[in-house]
Amino acid sequence: MHVVIFTRSTPDTAAKVDVGANGAVGWGDAATVVNPWDEYALEEGIVQAKNAGGKATVVAIGPEFNNESLKHSLAMGVDDAVRVWDATLEGTDSLAFATAAAAAVKKMGDVDLVICGKESVDVGTDQHIYQTARKLGWTMLSYVSKILEVDYNAKTIKVERLLEQGKQVVTSKLPAVISVMKDINEPRYPSFIGIRKASKAVIPEWSLADLGVTLPASQAKVIKFMNLPPKNIQVEMLEGTPEEQAAKLVDRLLEEKVL
Amino acid sequence: MSAVYVWIETFNGKVLNSSWEALGAGKTVATALNVPLTALVFGENANAVAAEAGKNGADKVIVSEDATFNGFRLEPYAALLSKLVADNKPKAVLAIGTARGRELLAASAADTDSGLITEATSIEVQSDGAIKVTRPVYAGKIISEAVGNVAGTQFLTLRGRAFKPNAENAGATAEVTTVPAVLAEADIATKIESFEEEAGTVNLTDAAIIVSGGRAMANNPKDAPAGGDAAVWKAKDGFENTIQPLADVLGAAVGASRAAVDAGYISYAHQVGQTGKSVAPDLYIAAGISGAIQHQAGMRTSKVIVAINKDGEAPIFKLARYGLVGDLYKIIPALTAELKKRLGK
Repeated sequence: MHVVIFTRSTPDTAAKVDVGANGAVGWGDAATVVNPWDEYALEEGIVQAKNAGGKATVVAIGPEFNNESLKHSLAMGVDDAVRVWDATLEGTDSLAFATAAAAAVKKMGDVDLVICGKESVDVGTDQHIYQTARKLGWTMLSYVSKILEVDYNAKTIKVERLLEQGKQVVTSKLPAVISVMKDINEPRYPSFIGIRKASKAVIPEWSLADLGVTLPASQAKVIKFMNLPPKNIQVEMLEGTPEEQAAKLVDRLLEEKVL
Repeated sequence: MSAVYVWIETFNGKVLNSSWEALGAGKTVATALNVPLTALVFGENANAVAAEAGKNGADKVIVSEDATFNGFRLEPYAALLSKLVADNKPKAVLAIGTARGRELLAASAADTDSGLITEATSIEVQSDGAIKVTRPVYAGKIISEAVGNVAGTQFLTLRGRAFKPNAENAGATAEVTTVPAVLAEADIATKIESFEEEAGTVNLTDAAIIVSGGRAMANNPKDAPAGGDAAVWKAKDGFENTIQPLADVLGAAVGASRAAVDAGYISYAHQVGQTGKSVAPDLYIAAGISGAIQHQAGMRTSKVIVAINKDGEAPIFKLARYGLVGDLYKIIPALTAELKKRLGK
């Protein structure tokens, strides 16, 4: 049994992100962390591999700073890490990502399950997850809040999915790509020994030539990044007893026509 | 003839109202490109929904009613959408970026090697027909501008509440075409075992008003029963008996900060912010939330923000239109009572 988890390094959630005068996105001295959604994917991958006596491999597609999230993954207990990168991937769209991701999974040959966090916080999207599944031709099960049953021999999986209207339980076939929600588990902290081991790890880098793929032409491209327009809001403090504050607020909200 | 497609999302045969916002955005694109606006309605009750789509601005509707569409599984929906796109090469495909909309359009864009831009908050059709989009990135901390490829089909998902529906025209009808499903039940690996609807909850991303509670929910003056975690009991009681009654009067959804969710005060489904939901209601009431940057990222585009907090220096007041310094356990009940009186409920 072999499970693959995708991750990437994103700026720390508390970091102030802004666009510099040169148009580049920066986050000052803030550290990069594992994309926050991916911690749940990593935990689930580690548990799945352990339960089935299999192997968990973490993959990041991106430049060298992504090694930090891969090392964090190794420190948590993932068995192997690979970074996929090629200068031609710079500035490409999700189709290119999905093509490279699918090729990396196929290169490993024996993968039963791919686990992703619900979305990537930096690019603000989840599209590459679904597109990776389609490029692999595998089942896509999104928003998984629980893996109820999985049989890697019979190649079946039963999961609970958290949809906007409620909880759906589905069965499906492996191999599959799943995206997991925060509800699914409590991610572990890397152990001291894990961190020491991971710090020494040499992470292999696969190029597109190694994967044997050429990228499709990008069909969507980012033109520029912009800072948020300043919020020209003057707060009005409503004072008095709680009852007076409440009455003043209701007056204002009725004037604003938001009730 | 080419077209702009808009997927109309339905659940149990009922339209998700935000789909009409997508039809509104679709109209802008179709008008600029001078092509018909075609609504796509798959599943139960599709013909009745098609008639509604006509009233809401669609020129044409493609419907497909088949038992495989019941519930929602990606496979049958994506197979049909991808076939329609491959056969008819529409200029654009739009949908509201709900869980299903995002997944469906991404899958179909991959199947047809088309471009996809998600979470659009504004769109502009350029003179060459390429659609330029602005969208939040880095959890809403900055904005990016992206553009599709005019030579292909441009797929877009739209952020809820960012676009206006077309004015409803009760007399308008659309030309309806019926197409068969692409996949038979036997071709679909995924089987739905059960569905448990979450009754009575208002969807956060659709809500016009949201009342959220934070860490200070634990400051409930009620005495917690002996045994167990007093803070958790107090906060849960507060969400149930203080926040919920206000939400009920307002017809609002209940949100929460990450601190409140992580502390076990309320379930993750309610979390607003960077690792929760991004929302943009008309009115956002933040009670006992200090306003960490992670929380701000998910709610700063709300139209009117009201902050209730004991600490007048809390960062949330920098975003708020109205600030009330004080104990949420005194102010919220007073507010609920005042609203009941004024709104005649």
